[in-house]
Amino acid sequence: MIARQETEEAIEEFEQGDEPKEKRELVIPGEVIATGNDYLPGDWAKRDGQDIIALRFGLADKSGRLIKIIPLSGTYIPRKGNVVIGKVLDITFNGWIMDIDAPYPSFLPLIECSKFVNKNDLSECYDIGDMLAVKVLGVKRKGIDLTARGKNLGKLEEGMIIKINSNKVPRVIGKEGSMINLIKKESNCDITVGQNGIIWIRGEKVEDELFAEKAILFVTEKSFIEGLTKKTKDWLEETKNNPKDIKEDKADKKKAKEAK
Amino acid sequence: MAYTKRPDGRKFDELRKIRAQVGVIPRADGSALFAFGDTIAIAAVYGPKPLHPQHLQNPEKGVLRVNYDMLSFSVTERKKPGPSRRSQEISKVTEWALAPALQINNFQNTVVDVHITILQANASTRCAGINAASLALAHAGIPMVDLVSAVSIGKIDDKIVTDLIKEEEDYEDGEGATDIPLAFLSKSGGITLMQLDGRTSTKKLKEAIEAGRAACKEIYELQKKVLKEIQEK
Repeated sequence: MIARQETEEAIEEFEQGDEPKEKRELVIPGEVIATGNDYLPGDWAKRDGQDIIALRFGLADKSGRLIKIIPLSGTYIPRKGNVVIGKVLDITFNGWIMDIDAPYPSFLPLIECSKFVNKNDLSECYDIGDMLAVKVLGVKRKGIDLTARGKNLGKLEEGMIIKINSNKVPRVIGKEGSMINLIKKESNCDITVGQNGIIWIRGEKVEDELFAEKAILFVTEKSFIEGLTKKTKDWLEETKNNPKDIKEDKADKKKAKEAK
Repeated sequence: MAYTKRPDGRKFDELRKIRAQVGVIPRADGSALFAFGDTIAIAAVYGPKPLHPQHLQNPEKGVLRVNYDMLSFSVTERKKPGPSRRSQEISKVTEWALAPALQINNFQNTVVDVHITILQANASTRCAGINAASLALAHAGIPMVDLVSAVSIGKIDDKIVTDLIKEEEDYEDGEGATDIPLAFLSKSGGITLMQLDGRTSTKKLKEAIEAGRAACKEIYELQKKVLKEIQEK
């Protein structure tokens, strides 16, 4: 009960904190967002003479004098400290090459593995094709350095992996994790959201996992509605009381599998 | 007999009916369809992603790679599938036409791949391809300073004509037909593509460029409208 109250408080906070001061407008590359020397260009915006122009397709966010673009699309660009989920592509003599859906190759060195590793056989620790939760240590010109040391990092076993647009990740997590905690609680699943848009879900039952997946897809589809946490909460409760849809979905999937 | 009337009844400065749509290819990072009447082009954008083979990588900036291809059923007589001298040339000029709009200098050693496919051709395929690619690049979230719009202008006999069709390209009477594909940066107005197939005077060429600029303004407004209408996936 206490936990629920906390969530409600978090929702309120989220709602208040998320109210945009000015309505965010959809802009296209090269479009003039504002004119005059009063404004400063932020992320993905540029000054061109008197005008501030957008460099990317996205929403223009004016906070005070600063104008920045919140991108809606595009590949994941790694930043130091991001927790991401990736797949082991190859094993070298001193570590693992991974695919984290970023523009650069990424590497997990042997010493950054959390457990003892037999140097003669790295595949005992992580094998090719394994999914790992890792943290970005740094981004260099030639590639990304990763680490598997830390809480909740390392190999992901069981469960399922889904992929969403990496630009929607902040929405799925919510203010201070309000959204993801809500989904976790309602679906009884363990969920890890990678900043690169890859999400790992593990629950006791497959139904729970499918429910969590549906909830996450609901959030990404409705990501630009205001007061989303509350809407999601209503949706979760409604769907939970009528679990018919999910079961039907499952039956459909089974049918599709058989058809294959 | 002088050229007084266009075969499809359009005015000399009138474009064909344009159809544009963004997000036609769900698995691509960005995609778009652009059609001038019967000419239909689709473009898919992937990346930025690591570039292989490695010797093509540029450690100073990201690389744009364009691949233009016509499907074998896109023309009246079956086209042999696969790359040809013509498609390689068009890939290259499209690349040059789009590059000035992109800001991919911070993506060292990576590539942005653009695949343009012509589904149906009735002249101006490279222009339709450039328009589609420009939309797809914006949709893929590639940093850009501007959009690119392209149109083909022709000199048929002694008339300047906007957005040619195949029948006009093959016109032979009088001074014959000259085909001038043009691409412009929409905001700054810079010319990023200009080819000329045929004969023309300097005066007529200047007229053609002005006609192209006017037509591209119209195309840009449409591109802008289409991009603003997309619901994010």
